[in-house]
Amino acid sequence: MQVTPSAPPLRPPEHRVDPRAPRWWTLRAGLEVAVLLAAQAVALALSGDGRLVGSLVATVLVGGGYVLVMPRWRYRVHRWEADGQAVYTLAGWLRLEWRVAPISRIQTIDTARSPLQRLFGLSTVTVTTASSAGPVRIEGLDAREAAALARRLTEATERHQGDAT
Amino acid sequence: MTVPGGAPAGYGSAGTTRGDTTRAGSTGDTTRSAVPADGPARPGVPRGTADGQWHRLDPRTLAVFPLKQAGALIPLLVVVLIGGRHTGGWQLFAALCAPALLVLVGSVRWATFRYRVSAERVELRHGLLRRQERSLRRDRVRTVDLRSTPLHRVFGLTVVEIGTGSSASRESRLTLDAVAAPAAERLRRGLLDRASAAGPVVDAVPTGAPGGGALPPGAGTGRAGPSGTAEPGSPTPDRAPAVPATAVSAPATAEGPTVARLRPGWLRFAPLTMSGLVAVGAIVATSVKVAGDLGVNLADPDNLRRADSALHAVPPSVVVGAGLVAVLLVGGLGSLVIYVEGWWGYRLTREPDGTLHLRRGLLTTRSLSIEQRRMRGAEVTEPLPLRLASGARCAAITTGLDARSSSGGALLLPPAPRAEAHRVAREALLVENPEAATRAELVRHPPAALRRRLTRTVLPAAVLTALAWWAAGRVPALEPLWPAALLVLPAAALLAADRYRNLGHALRPAHLVIGQGSLVRRRVALQRRGIIGWRIRQSPTQRWAGLVTLDAVTAAGAGHYSVVDVPLARAVELVETVNPGLLPVG
Repeated sequence: MQVTPSAPPLRPPEHRVDPRAPRWWTLRAGLEVAVLLAAQAVALALSGDGRLVGSLVATVLVGGGYVLVMPRWRYRVHRWEADGQAVYTLAGWLRLEWRVAPISRIQTIDTARSPLQRLFGLSTVTVTTASSAGPVRIEGLDAREAAALARRLTEATERHQGDAT
Repeated sequence: MTVPGGAPAGYGSAGTTRGDTTRAGSTGDTTRSAVPADGPARPGVPRGTADGQWHRLDPRTLAVFPLKQAGALIPLLVVVLIGGRHTGGWQLFAALCAPALLVLVGSVRWATFRYRVSAERVELRHGLLRRQERSLRRDRVRTVDLRSTPLHRVFGLTVVEIGTGSSASRESRLTLDAVAAPAAERLRRGLLDRASAAGPVVDAVPTGAPGGGALPPGAGTGRAGPSGTAEPGSPTPDRAPAVPATAVSAPATAEGPTVARLRPGWLRFAPLTMSGLVAVGAIVATSVKVAGDLGVNLADPDNLRRADSALHAVPPSVVVGAGLVAVLLVGGLGSLVIYVEGWWGYRLTREPDGTLHLRRGLLTTRSLSIEQRRMRGAEVTEPLPLRLASGARCAAITTGLDARSSSGGALLLPPAPRAEAHRVAREALLVENPEAATRAELVRHPPAALRRRLTRTVLPAAVLTALAWWAAGRVPALEPLWPAALLVLPAAALLAADRYRNLGHALRPAHLVIGQGSLVRRRVALQRRGIIGWRIRQSPTQRWAGLVTLDAVTAAGAGHYSVVDVPLARAVELVETVNPGLLPVG
C-alpha cells in the first residue's frame, strides 16, 4: 500500500510576525556570537596558542553569516494564525515546525517579554496544552497586538468546558 | 494569564496549604473501628469511606515505620559497634539513640496524621511543627493505587496513593501510609466508583448469559470472547468461563471479568529482559559502596594486583568466555527473580464500572486501577531479544502515568507472547477488531524513507569501518582483526531495512496506529479523541527528501507520538481526517 499525495497542500498561517522581530533576532544572535568570540579571544590572550586564531576567524565568518542570514530567513518563515477553532503557527529557519492546537484543548495563555524584546516593544505569546510536548509559541509580536491576541484567545477558550486532556 | 474554563484537572485542586489550623473534628477512633464491619461495601454505596469522619492511620503503622527505617540504620550500627570498640561507650549510646528516635518520630507522625473522606473531598492533615492540610476534590480522583511491602503485609497493612491523574508529580497525590488492607480496598472501590463514569461500561458482563455454557465463548461481543490466539469455537483455557456469571450474580465481590492472568510459561521471557543485569549491577555498586563505608576497599591496588596475576594464569579466551557466561547466568537468574517478584499473582480484570484493575507482586504486592476515561491508547513494545522469542510488552498510554517511567507505571502485562500483548492492548482499548488497534496493517512510507534509514545507519558504520582500517594500519596487533569490522556494514544495512519494514502508520475509526523501530520495535495505538494538537517538523535533509515528521500531541504517556518520514501531503491528510477543519488547507 503506497501513500498517494492526494491531499491539498498546506497553506501557511496568515499573519507575519512584527517587522521589528528581525532586529530583535539580529541583536540576540549578535550577542550569542559575541560571547563565543570573547571566550576565544580571552583564551587566545592567555595561552597564545596559534591554532586559536584559526578558530577565531572561523567563528567570525560563520557567526557573521548566521547574524546576517538567520533573522531575515526566520522572518520569511515565521507566521501565525488564530481563529475560533485553533491556534496555528509556523516557525524555524533551517528546521521548520508547524504547530496546531485546537482552542478547546488550550489550558493557559501567557504573554512574556524578555529584556531584549522590550527594547523593540515585542512580546511572546505562549499557549500551553495538557501535553508535555511543549507549548505553542508565537514570538516577536507587537506587545499590544500580543495582549489583544491573548485576550481574544482567553475569551475563546472560556466557551469550552472540560479538562482539556 | 490563566484560562479559567480550561483549567486542567488537578491544578489548584491539589494545592498544599500550610497553617496553624486546629484539628477540627479529630476524633480518636482508629481506622478499623470506624469502618463498618458489616460485610464488604457494595459498589455505588461506598459506605465506610465517605463517612465524613476524621480517621487515623492504622495503629500498626507505629510498628512498621521504625522497622522500615531501621534497615537504613544497619550499616551505621555495624560501624558504630565494630569500629568503636576501643574508643569508649558513647558510640553504643548513640547506636541505641537512633532506634529510640525512630520510634518517637513514627509515633508523632502517626499521632498527627488524620484523613477524611467526605462526599466532595478527600482531605488529610499532618505534621507537628509544620502542619499541612491537603485536599483533593473527589471528582478529580483518577487513581487509587495500593502497595504492600513484605513488612506491611506482615502487619496486614496497605499503602494507599490517591492521585488526580493530571500529572505524576508528588503534589497531586495523597499518600496514606498505611491503613488496614480491607480498608484500603474499600477506599479504592469507594473513591473510584462513580455511578456516572463517563467511560464506557463493559458490555461483556450482561451478554455472558448465566450458565451460558451453550454459547461458545466469543459468541457475544468480541470482548467477552476468547483471546486472539485461540481458534474461535474451541473452548479456551485463556479465560475463566465462570467469571462473567459470578460478576453478575455476586456483585458483593465486585470482581469483573479477567482480561489476563499470569501463565507459568511466560517465565521463559524473563531472562530476555535487561532488568536482571541492571539489578545485579545496582546490587554490586551498592555493596561496593557499603563495603567502602565500612572501610573495606575492594578496589585496593593489592587486591587488583592479586586478581590480575590470578587471571594471567589462564588463557584470555577462557577468562572472557567465563566472564560472559557468568554475566549471562547472573543476569538471567536476576531477571527471573525480578519477574517472579514483580509479576507473581498478576491479574488484569475489568471492573463492573469499566475500570481496569491490575494486581501483581510476590513479596511487595501492588494494585493499580486505570479508569477507562483516562485511557488514551496502548503501546506494544518488542525489544530485540524479546522479539526474537516472539515476546512483547504491553503498556497503557494514560494521563497521569508516564509510560516511560522506570517503575513500569503503566505496564499492563509482563513480558508475554506477542499475540497476548496485542490482545491485552485491544481489550484495554475496548476494541473488538484486532485490525482496529495495534494489530492494524500499516501504510508503508515512501522509498525516500528507506534511503534515509540507510544513510543514517550505513554512513556511521562506514565511518567506523574506515576508522578500524586506519587503526589497523598503525597498530600491527590489530592487523588480522580488522576485516571483522567489515561485518558492521551488512549489519547496518540489515538494521536499516528492518527499521524501514517496521515503519508505518494507519488510521482506524477510533485510533491512529504508529509503527517504528528495530532494536526496540514499537506499535502505538493512540485514541483519536486523545489527540490534543499536532506538530509537523521538517529538517533540511527531510526537505530534500520531501518528507516530514508528524507528531500527534497528547496529554498522556510520552506527550507526543511521531509518525516519522511521511510526505507532507499525507501528514496534512491525517490531520484533516482526525480533526477536520483544524488546518487551513488550500
